Amino acid sequence: MRWIWIDKFVEFESGMRAVALKNVTLAEEHLHDHFPGFPVMPECLMIEGMAQTAGILVGEARGFSEKVILAKIKNAVFHHYVRPGDTILIHAEMESIAPEAASTTGKITRGDTVIAEISLMFSHIDKNLAGKEFPEENFVFTDMFNSLLRGFVGQKKESKP
Amino acid sequence: MAMSRNEILDQVKEVLVDALGLDEDEVTEGATLMGDLGAESIDFLDIVFRLEKTFGIKVPREELFPAESLMNNPDFVSGGKLTPKGLAEFKARMPHSDFSKFEANPDINKLTDLFTVAAVVNFVERKLNQAA
Repeated sequence: MRWIWIDKFVEFESGMRAVALKNVTLAEEHLHDHFPGFPVMPECLMIEGMAQTAGILVGEARGFSEKVILAKIKNAVFHHYVRPGDTILIHAEMESIAPEAASTTGKITRGDTVIAEISLMFSHIDKNLAGKEFPEENFVFTDMFNSLLRGFVGQKKESKP
Repeated sequence: MAMSRNEILDQVKEVLVDALGLDEDEVTEGATLMGDLGAESIDFLDIVFRLEKTFGIKVPREELFPAESLMNNPDFVSGGKLTPKGLAEFKARMPHSDFSKFEANPDINKLTDLFTVAAVVNFVERKLNQAA
């Protein structure tokens, strides 16, 4: 099972930018402990949500042929809490992409409020850990991840002349 | 107008401060990226991306940091040291680095000492001059 921290994409421009939506709910058990009587979405999970949004953006840019791994949190600043009942949008933009790696910038918003600003670096691991062997299959982009893009990437390809 | 070496140095410092989370006074020209400033492999890519953006240049990683592709060549490396041929190749590929100390004992474990802040500044200066 993968712990998916985005519910769906609402915008996706191949190789450029993506916006994912997440609804935060008290049904997420960890919120009961984080913190007792004061449930807020852990900031590390906001980073994970950004890593998934931006990671899929990076992966899709190379047709999911690379195994894309979060390599570095360049910057993460949090301005506000996210509470149960909130709907947040995770905006990711491609900054640079090379054969070995990619960097992204992004922010998390709730309505007009900027909740967080998060910049990440991703590694294409086969290109960077030469000599180490990884499974042939792409264990990063599983079906669950790919299903998130249904209606975006597929639709775009079908609409091509 | 062409940038002066000091202007390039200031911007390279800013890139390294941001990429490696350093204080500005840690970034001296003689500091080595890995030994003194604690850069790891992914940081090199981060630095490359930031240099490209800051200076508007293309930075092929193997030009700035060519060591990886040369280290596995038995003509160039023998018994943990660079051969004379290897040393010549490294010097040719890294005109931005200062080999004067390294030459005396070309131990491959000391190769990382060639990647100094000054080497990055030299590299950017050459690239900007080529583009001009």
